[in-house]
Amino acid sequence: MRLLALRPGHGEVLIAEGDVADAEQEQALTAAFRAQLELGMWAAVPLSEPDGRRAAELVKSFDQVPRDADRVIFFPRAAGG
Amino acid sequence: MGALAQAEAYDAEREARAEERARELLRTCVNAEDWATYETHGLIRVYPQANRRPTERPRDTAPTHAYLIYPHKPIVAYVIESGRLLGEYCVAFGSPRLPASDDVLAKWLALTGDERGLLASARVHPVGRQIDPRRVRRDLERLARWQEKPGR
Repeated sequence: MRLLALRPGHGEVLIAEGDVADAEQEQALTAAFRAQLELGMWAAVPLSEPDGRRAAELVKSFDQVPRDADRVIFFPRAAGG
Repeated sequence: MGALAQAEAYDAEREARAEERARELLRTCVNAEDWATYETHGLIRVYPQANRRPTERPRDTAPTHAYLIYPHKPIVAYVIESGRLLGEYCVAFGSPRLPASDDVLAKWLALTGDERGLLASARVHPVGRQIDPRRVRRDLERLARWQEKPGR
């Protein structure tokens, strides 16, 4: 699983990468996930279905991330523009 | 930071690379139809039924409205059947601005992941405050014609 963050001027940046089946790597992913949320970022998991439909799921803790997700995307919290 | 320092900090090549990366990430998140729409028209259309999780059953009723996502512009809601424009939802994702395609991706992630939450955080205005309603109507007409084209 890869944790990616959208950054002004850079596009996405790789925050962390690891295998959730490995306890040590899962801990590192969890810590990196929490750090992004503490920075005020939102987290989303892009999802797809066999019928081609795509959507995202917003998650507020690492426990909510599907175990088979290949990436989580962090982006700045929305504010009224 | 002063205006001169800001101007010096701007790196056109870096921004171009960032946009290139952002486009590639967006392409891998949306479906082929949405990507083709973005490449051709510079916008993405989102229907509210995309707001359910893929594990949930599809809604029984067809959506009555949809949204147009433009880079660095408000999200526009409209009635599908009549094309009537409902409003502009102004949202910003941090400052300085994300690359254009990352801005579109952030809107798409938030809109399909939590439609109500995103719209609640937006400032709502009648269409015309930031986007010319004539442009939106033209875009809707172009989208309709484009969708009818055989073999596109």
